[in-house]
Amino acid sequence: MTTDSRTGAAPAPSGPLNRVDYSERIPNNVDLASDRRLQRALESWQPKFLDWWKQLGPALPTKDVYLRTAVAVGRDGWAHFEHVPMEEYRWGIFLAERDPDRTVNFGKHKGELAWQEVPGEHRADLMRLIVVQGDTEPASVEQQRVLGNTAPSIYDLRNLFQVNVEEGRHLWAMVYLLHAYFGREGREEAEQLLKRNSGDLDAPRILGAFNEATTDWLQFFMFTYFTDRDGKYQLGTLKESAFDPLARTCEFMLKEEAHHMFVGTTGVQRILERTAELMKEHGTAEILPHGGIPLDVIQKYLNFQFSVSMDLFGSEQSTNAGNYFTSGLKGRWMETRRKDDHVLLDATREVRYIEDGRIATKTVPMLSALNLDLRDEYVADCSNGVRRWNQALEDAGLEERLYLPHEGFNRKVGVYAGHHVTPQGDVVDEAAWQARAAEWLPTPEDREQVAALMVPEYEYGKFAGWIAPPKTGINDQPVEFDYVHLADEGLV
Amino acid sequence: MTVTAETAHPAPPVVRFATSPDRYRHWKLEVDGAVATVTLCVDEHGGLVPGYELKMNSYDLGVDIELYDLVQRLRFEHPEVKAVVMTGGLDRMFCAGANIRMLAQSTHAWKVNFCKFTNETRNGIEDATEHSGQTWIAALNGTAAGGGYELALACDQIVLIDDGSSAVSLPEVPLLGVLPGTGGLTRVVDKRHVRKDRADLFATKSEGYRGRTAVEWGLVDAAVPRNALNGEVARRAQEAAATSKRPSDATGVSLTPLERKDDGDAITYPYVSARIDRANHRVEITVSGPHDAPPAEPAAQGCDYWPLAVTRALDDLILHLRTNELDLGIWVLRAAGDPERVLAYDAQLRTVDDWFVNEVRHYYKRTLKRLDVTSRSLIAVMEPGTAFAGLLAELALAADRQYMLAGVYEDRDDDAEPATVVLTPSNDGDYPMGNGLSRLESRFWGHDEDLTAVRARLGEPLDAAAAQELGLVTMALDDIDFEEELRIVLEERASLSPDALTGMEANHRFVGPETLETKIFGRLTAWQNWIFIRPNASGPDGALRRYGTGRKGDYDLGRV
Repeated sequence: MTTDSRTGAAPAPSGPLNRVDYSERIPNNVDLASDRRLQRALESWQPKFLDWWKQLGPALPTKDVYLRTAVAVGRDGWAHFEHVPMEEYRWGIFLAERDPDRTVNFGKHKGELAWQEVPGEHRADLMRLIVVQGDTEPASVEQQRVLGNTAPSIYDLRNLFQVNVEEGRHLWAMVYLLHAYFGREGREEAEQLLKRNSGDLDAPRILGAFNEATTDWLQFFMFTYFTDRDGKYQLGTLKESAFDPLARTCEFMLKEEAHHMFVGTTGVQRILERTAELMKEHGTAEILPHGGIPLDVIQKYLNFQFSVSMDLFGSEQSTNAGNYFTSGLKGRWMETRRKDDHVLLDATREVRYIEDGRIATKTVPMLSALNLDLRDEYVADCSNGVRRWNQALEDAGLEERLYLPHEGFNRKVGVYAGHHVTPQGDVVDEAAWQARAAEWLPTPEDREQVAALMVPEYEYGKFAGWIAPPKTGINDQPVEFDYVHLADEGLV
Repeated sequence: MTVTAETAHPAPPVVRFATSPDRYRHWKLEVDGAVATVTLCVDEHGGLVPGYELKMNSYDLGVDIELYDLVQRLRFEHPEVKAVVMTGGLDRMFCAGANIRMLAQSTHAWKVNFCKFTNETRNGIEDATEHSGQTWIAALNGTAAGGGYELALACDQIVLIDDGSSAVSLPEVPLLGVLPGTGGLTRVVDKRHVRKDRADLFATKSEGYRGRTAVEWGLVDAAVPRNALNGEVARRAQEAAATSKRPSDATGVSLTPLERKDDGDAITYPYVSARIDRANHRVEITVSGPHDAPPAEPAAQGCDYWPLAVTRALDDLILHLRTNELDLGIWVLRAAGDPERVLAYDAQLRTVDDWFVNEVRHYYKRTLKRLDVTSRSLIAVMEPGTAFAGLLAELALAADRQYMLAGVYEDRDDDAEPATVVLTPSNDGDYPMGNGLSRLESRFWGHDEDLTAVRARLGEPLDAAAAQELGLVTMALDDIDFEEELRIVLEERASLSPDALTGMEANHRFVGPETLETKIFGRLTAWQNWIFIRPNASGPDGALRRYGTGRKGDYDLGRV
């Protein structure tokens, strides 16, 4: 056993090494059964993960849940459905299939074979990227832990839990990388991922949006739409990484991330359908008394979640982002489909910034603005979703529309931080901002009113009054399928 | 002729540091009882590199390699020599210092290595006076300028001929726009205690000072007329010899040629080997422990005495790698063998009172100091079979980091004995660094309780857990992590700026008090190396490059 005055004693090996049948207990395609390093690391980490799940995972007691479990990376292996007690969920470790000829597609190593080991030169940066990504995964589970108590339906409850277990698996994926490739420091970082907790003042999660409370289901759907979408884009850049295990891990994670997008997109859409229905039915936008969420409140929630998610992309101009790209650690979204030299030494682009109270533009080296490049892709994707939602309003014959606020609205990070920009893109002073902020961002009152609508509906096939039922169920099951069996105490 | 620096210099040759008196071109050695006389008489056409003539007893690295060899041989081969007179073999010229054309045509790296080696040799001369009972006396038969005067400064006493024209001087600042960087500035004030303002006058007046003023200011100890010079020097030599503890009747140990095999990427000596990994910019150095118990009569074994053989090999290897292998930025140090046998020698070196054993111990000390000022990342690795014990443990302590395998490599060598480190009282003061502290004291500077804790465990084999607990290793990892961690650490190191690493390591290695040596290798050398690359010295209009063109340097007068 080794000790270190900074970190204390290293975990003592306990018991024989092969206690666990790794391939059965932990589905994987990384040959866990014959990897001593991984086994040792997981022996120590897995119990801590389960403790964490018990303490900070979903609070609502359940017997079992109809969950998808990834059991292999093949076409159908990652979509295996069954009723499973959540604490027995098999969090697996999967990387997309390896392409032995894969080369680096960008930066100074372009054209070289992808790396199968961590190059010493990039250990610190790679570990940082993985830790930051990994930190977000359990954070959202923590943020959403009490939502089960107010689920609008068993169908939605199941989706919440599916998102939760998959975030858990994404944590496993990042922890796998830390354990397999980053030695003792990696193991220490993996433990820290469980020690920081969302909203914990003493040990908060690394990124701001992951310390915001998820107060209600509207925010949950907004979160899965906007904030999980940030995760999708971050994963998309890591999928391009020259460090092949990271690239393959993220590629597989993206498949699961698509489900979270689905939950967010359809969740908001179903709320809108119900809102539109109530507006038509009662001939007013003030549908709160009729048990619906008013459109302007939905817009405020959208404004909030979009703006805090924009902050996750970091500063528009970032030396780190440029270095990550040039070094091959992190590519651009859809790197291989870009029609340029993938090195970008001479490329430039425009960035907006605030000068003398106005939004101005300047030209900067492209390499310095890669965070913005990614954010622009993200914003374009978000706009598509908003367009789809507006279709629901149009289909209902309503004039009102949702919109994405200006990129400078309510920003704490980057060029707009410290300034006030309205959703329409006007730069205003502090007084003007304070006077109108309640029109743009959810007030405590708004949140209370929304929360008041959140009464659980646990009867199979029934839905709370503020949300429309989905068109179809999960995995071709009917909407009224018994997706979740609540524990007796959960029903009380 | 236009001197061109850094532009048209010839490719530096591979430098070999081994030589012997029968091959000297620049020095003469005469031994007369207890007094030896070494005479500098530089062969003008004997430069190490083409492109310059070594006029007026100016020197280059080749001249200094001979001087180093000579200093070593006086200590080992001449136990009877108790005083050494250094003088010049040209009429009215002791030594004009380092050859300026050589400097002007050399790369920065060459200049830096040259200065480091000459500094080490001068420190070695002082070490002989202080620890070997071999007092060096400079007999300045004529002018000693720049590096020439710095040679004299390394001696215990300086006697200058008083002929109305011979002077001592440090003309580097006024003539060349660089520093007297071989200890000159430091020793004038720190060793000879010349008052600051006088030192300032001295170092800015190119012709220097003669006779009475030189004595009055302390630049020399005596100035005597031509006909009295030999007598005065002889008197001082005899006086010094009389106080020496060196034996008069002992037989010297001949420094026979080193056994050295070099196939380019593997260099092998009897107890030291080096495996070069050019792609990864590193060299794996392994020092092997002794095959047998220590002999009753160490001197009788001569060069084969294990600690001497190890030291000579290490010394040669360090110099070779430092001078000829600039791209190998990481030295991975290992010790292999039976720690018990190493400890037996360690005890002998510590306890036996004998001139030869004393010389071996100090030679090993000087070699470790060479390692301390080497601009390479030093990483010590301890695995099963390691012999980092006693004197060899100094190598690990000299390293910038220490990595120790906890346990064994289970997959391939399950039966091995886990590595241990053993420290002994030798590690607690017998091999001080240039800062005057032991490497243990330096390691635990400001943490007396940690030092006390280590002292309580001297002589005890310390496994990885104990070594980590005591703070003797950077990281102790088991076999699951060890090799991968080491690979990443070494790759990471290789990716960092070599310049920044050199500066960082030099700063971390020398904690605590300043000494003459730390000032020379830190303050003086660092400033000199900065000045070397500044345009005022090496730019097209710089003084160093213009020297000898009939034009002085044009300076950018902005102070930095």
